[in-house]
Amino acid sequence: MKRFIGFVRKEFYHIYRDKRSLFILFGMPIAQILLFGFAITNEINKVEIAILDHAKDATTIEIIHKMASSKYFSINRYLDAESQVEGVFKQGKIKAVINFEKDFGEKLIKEGQSTIQVIADATDPNTANSITNYIQAIIQQYNQSINNNQAGSSQVFMQTHMAFNPEIKSVFMFVPGVMTIILMLVSAMMTSISITREKELGTMEILLVSPLKPFQVVLGKVVPYILLSIINAIIIVLLSIFIFKMPVQGSLILLGLESVLFIITSLSLGILISTIAETQQTAMMISLMGLMLPVILLSGFIFPISSMPLPLQLISNTIPAKWFIIIIKGIMLKGVGIAFIWKETAILIGMTLFFMGVSIYKYKIRLE
Amino acid sequence: MGISLDNISKSYKGFKAIQNISFEVKPGELFGIIGPDGAGKTTLFRILTTLLVADSGTASVAGMDVVKDYIGIRKSVGYMPGKFSLYQDLTVEENLQFFATIFGTTLEENYDLIKDIYEQIEPFKTRRAGKLSGGMKQKLALCCALIHKPKVLFLDEPTTGVDPVSRKEFWDMLKRLQEKEITILVSTPYMDEAALCDRVALMQDGQLLEIDSPKHIVQKYPKAVYEIGAKERHKLIQVLRDFPNLYSVYPFGEFVHYTDKRTDLEIPELENYLKSKGLSEIYIGLTEPTIEDVFMELARK
Repeated sequence: MKRFIGFVRKEFYHIYRDKRSLFILFGMPIAQILLFGFAITNEINKVEIAILDHAKDATTIEIIHKMASSKYFSINRYLDAESQVEGVFKQGKIKAVINFEKDFGEKLIKEGQSTIQVIADATDPNTANSITNYIQAIIQQYNQSINNNQAGSSQVFMQTHMAFNPEIKSVFMFVPGVMTIILMLVSAMMTSISITREKELGTMEILLVSPLKPFQVVLGKVVPYILLSIINAIIIVLLSIFIFKMPVQGSLILLGLESVLFIITSLSLGILISTIAETQQTAMMISLMGLMLPVILLSGFIFPISSMPLPLQLISNTIPAKWFIIIIKGIMLKGVGIAFIWKETAILIGMTLFFMGVSIYKYKIRLE
Repeated sequence: MGISLDNISKSYKGFKAIQNISFEVKPGELFGIIGPDGAGKTTLFRILTTLLVADSGTASVAGMDVVKDYIGIRKSVGYMPGKFSLYQDLTVEENLQFFATIFGTTLEENYDLIKDIYEQIEPFKTRRAGKLSGGMKQKLALCCALIHKPKVLFLDEPTTGVDPVSRKEFWDMLKRLQEKEITILVSTPYMDEAALCDRVALMQDGQLLEIDSPKHIVQKYPKAVYEIGAKERHKLIQVLRDFPNLYSVYPFGEFVHYTDKRTDLEIPELENYLKSKGLSEIYIGLTEPTIEDVFMELARK
């Protein structure tokens, strides 16, 4: 045990003294979260929209005013007919068209309901989603205000149409994805680099010719990164709660436990990489190409899995990040408990055991 | 409790790194493996330190088989690889403490063993290992390899890239360690260091050329060696190569070492020959053969 603590202490010296890895460890998560966060919030700042008003009455003008006075939208132009919609989208500047039906105000008073159609340019699905969400919010506010002032219940309904990409379903939430990427990066890449560094510098030779058992060496490498990754996960969650007002609906403890599980999965992948790679450079390339790309492209972080072709959907099942994203989306956004995500959790545990098994099998007790 | 090798061979992808190596190192002996780069010294060390498994043959270190009992060997030997293999970002003291901990001992416990060496690097104990000079690095590496009082010490080219003064100090240290009953196997490409070992094995291209004490090895040398100097040193070798009775000639320090085919070389005859070829300030004298002469002779065959 004393040996082990000595080893872990040495590992911390390495991390603390290597400014580059310190930066990757703590600079990157914060930078990424902030970048993603502000990029998203900036996108819905003064978005240019067009109005197609078939009614042109007091009610529509009031709603248009509300939109124009919010900081989210700026009205670029007024259209006269539906046929113009595609044309403005193709110019690319206008991201959404608000379409008021004929006799909008009259219907609202007489029938108690009328409809707004929001046509969003869904070539950029994330922006399109945000835009409709914000318009929805404005309309809800409006509904509340008319119902408070008058008796009865008049309602403006919103109908959305995602132009060019009507299939889009998933609500893009960047935090689960970024958290997954960062935990993967820190855990898998940093461990594999730090193990291969010992090989490259020749210190592995001395460690092998010592009473330390190979699993103690590996465990000693992994423990510091477990601790650092947990700290990272906490930073990310705190940043998203306090800076981006992201709600965490479910249990924080469950979120924590699942994150630790995913950290261990990534670490076992990192160990596996280090059994294959001989140099730090290769370890880094394998981590980046073999882990980061699939995580970004195939995990459902950016592109919805349901809209992928079948072969890719099957491949995405083998990516641990996919299951972790489902789990944390469930916990953070839907507030579900373990009963709803036990299957994904079990898959992650199974993957971890598999990676560890292969690593132990492949781990070299000698130089070749 | 020394080292023994029996018919050890090892090849990498068809390249024969070492072939049929057999020798014994007695307990408490300072044994040198002498040979140029690529002779197979490092492969041999790695087999003995359990880092590689030989293709054929058996070997034992301190009475333990290198394959079956590799765990036992790893606990009881000290190994200093050829490449500087300590943590460059850790200080001198942290490196020592780290190796002490992983061997389950402390700096204080075996301090008497490393005292002489450690005292020399102690003024720099808060310095990072990467910022030490070559000689200092080797001293620190030796300390780390000794910290657990190993029975057998493996030093792979410990003096390569070290200045002559530090090299001498290093060998003095090895001599002192030998008094503490540690078996030492050391390799070096420097022939002059061979004379400092109890026994040496001369090695080239993966094969052993000779094993004996340095003294016996040079005594066995069959020819008289002449050292020859002249003002035009480069031309001297050229001219000697054209001498009809030449057996061998090669540079040795500021002179060249020359041997003749015959046993009764007349110095004036050679001197006249050199003069006739336009050389000046000629010096010719008989000298003691060295390990290097033996090595060159063995390598010729």
